[in-house]
Amino acid sequence: MNYFIQLIVSGIVLGSIYALIALGFVLIYKATRVLNFAQGELLMAGAYIAFALTVQLHIPFWSAFFIAMLLCALLGLIIEILILKPLIGEPIISIVMITIGLSIVLKAIVEMIWGTETRVYPAIFSTQPIALGAISVSKSSLFSLVAAITLFIIFHLFFKFSSTGIAMRAVADDQQAAQSMGINIKKIFAISWMVAALVAGIGGILIGNMNGINVSLGMFGLKVFPAVILGGLDSIPGAIIGGITIGVLESLSGGYLDPLVGGGVKMVAPFAILLVILLIKPYGLFGTEEIEKV
Amino acid sequence: MAIKCGIFKTSYMSDMAIWQTKNSRFWMTLFFISLAVFPFFVSKYFLYMANIIAIGVIAAVGLNILTGFAGQISLGHGAFIGVGAYFAGYLTSQFNINFIPAFIAGGLVTAVVGMFFGLPSLRLKGFYLAIATMAAQFILAFVFIHLRSVTGGSQGMIVSPPEIAGFSFDSDFRYYFLSIGTAIVMTLAAKNLIRGKFGRAFMAIRDNYIAAKTMGVNIFLYKIIAFGISSFYAGIAGALWAHYIQIITPEHFTFSVSIEYLAIIIIGGLGSLLGTVFGTIFIMVLPEFLRFINGIVSLHYPMLVNMFDAIREGSFGLAIIGFLIFEPDGLAARWKTIKNYWKLWPFSY
Repeated sequence: MNYFIQLIVSGIVLGSIYALIALGFVLIYKATRVLNFAQGELLMAGAYIAFALTVQLHIPFWSAFFIAMLLCALLGLIIEILILKPLIGEPIISIVMITIGLSIVLKAIVEMIWGTETRVYPAIFSTQPIALGAISVSKSSLFSLVAAITLFIIFHLFFKFSSTGIAMRAVADDQQAAQSMGINIKKIFAISWMVAALVAGIGGILIGNMNGINVSLGMFGLKVFPAVILGGLDSIPGAIIGGITIGVLESLSGGYLDPLVGGGVKMVAPFAILLVILLIKPYGLFGTEEIEKV
Repeated sequence: MAIKCGIFKTSYMSDMAIWQTKNSRFWMTLFFISLAVFPFFVSKYFLYMANIIAIGVIAAVGLNILTGFAGQISLGHGAFIGVGAYFAGYLTSQFNINFIPAFIAGGLVTAVVGMFFGLPSLRLKGFYLAIATMAAQFILAFVFIHLRSVTGGSQGMIVSPPEIAGFSFDSDFRYYFLSIGTAIVMTLAAKNLIRGKFGRAFMAIRDNYIAAKTMGVNIFLYKIIAFGISSFYAGIAGALWAHYIQIITPEHFTFSVSIEYLAIIIIGGLGSLLGTVFGTIFIMVLPEFLRFINGIVSLHYPMLVNMFDAIREGSFGLAIIGFLIFEPDGLAARWKTIKNYWKLWPFSY
């Protein structure tokens, strides 16, 4: 039983990271209808930028954190202007391929600068696990869970009350109507990429604190697809619930099935689940069903 | 050789003809002859390149039928190639079955697997389908690694060179005729396929599936057929690949291979067979070209040697982005522009 609860808890921690990446993903999809295959690489870029600032430039963690966030947002803006803007109105395959191309380029750049070996962050939190009843959680996992929850509350309020947030929702709902109400769509597109890159960057720093970073961090971006599909591609609560569900399922299947078949189930289980979801409920739990009219 | 400044067609037959003009027939014949004599004059290295390009063309034509003509995105093509490679390899190495039946069985089994993973396409479109095929890729890759009794896991499977009627294709030179021959047959078959009923149905589904349905195209059937044909090509390419390199491991069929094939058809031109050939050559030659350049430059900047992998990957990504932004119709469109320019030279404008 303890093992089961331990798996659930580590699943929730992992899932909260997935949820964070999924959040950035959904933001971009909601506002611009672009499925971003490079979300994982944005996360990696954020993690490496923070690494460079704290370890290589010796800036104290919290100020480095904020500088990294600024740089991430800037990266998002540059990507939007240079790469996504020329592709407005192009077919879906072009958009899929350009974000894949972007992910390859980002990965190559990081590899050129920092190499392929795993880098470790300085310990900000003690590695001493905290005992919660019978189970133990490391302090950095707990921190990432808290950070994820805080971010979701901030985003919820942002979309509910700030005028930019409301404008973003309007653009997501109906671009033409939003434009005729005087919303600057180009600005909204740029903002969504900046915010998405920023959120990904935070996710990267959280992962870096838990496991260290290397160039395969981008894989997180692919593993987040099951989460967003489960929740619905354009739903923010869906991203959270989908992320945590997939995290827990991954942790459970890894814990119970891996010994049976000899490893690797963790990687593939989310995708098997994904295929089932797509067949039963293609638009996810909370996604908007796309109805086509002639 | 009179050069025409326009093609005036009076019937559907002539519009669909493979040899549009006498001129093109002349150049194509010349091209086939040069393909036949090419191996007698070049080194082993160029033969190796020609072989992997020929095998790549087969797989890429398959993907272009599915994505370029039928409009269904597949991010699982690499895994489908793997299915063909492992199945054909298993038949020849474990059961000593002749190459030709094993080779065709590899294609057919892959077609069935592809049709199975194509089933979601009946309900899904666009992004959702892309993600579903990506799931297929990861699930099949998992099978390749963990079904050790068949695939040999990460240690790989050893396959002996193919033998047809006592003739063993055991060198790059001999294999060239097998791979190029298959590539030509498969490409011509594709050309005929898309000129006919199937191709028209595929393109109707791609352009507007609701209109296609109204016109009486059975969407269910043709989408599945498109997946089947595309995977058949992948399987054939996989079988050829397995018997060429003779040791196959799961690393040959990863997600990045699927991306590579999508890049080939994007760079070549969606819905163009000629473009597919250009795209394959481009993608296969690019890393070799970079290796050559890197070799020269690294004499002055030795640190570049360690960076080569990253440079190769990065240029691959940049090529995809560059083509999508500056030449979305690919090399096929560029070829057409150049051809038209020379056709009307010196009065082109």
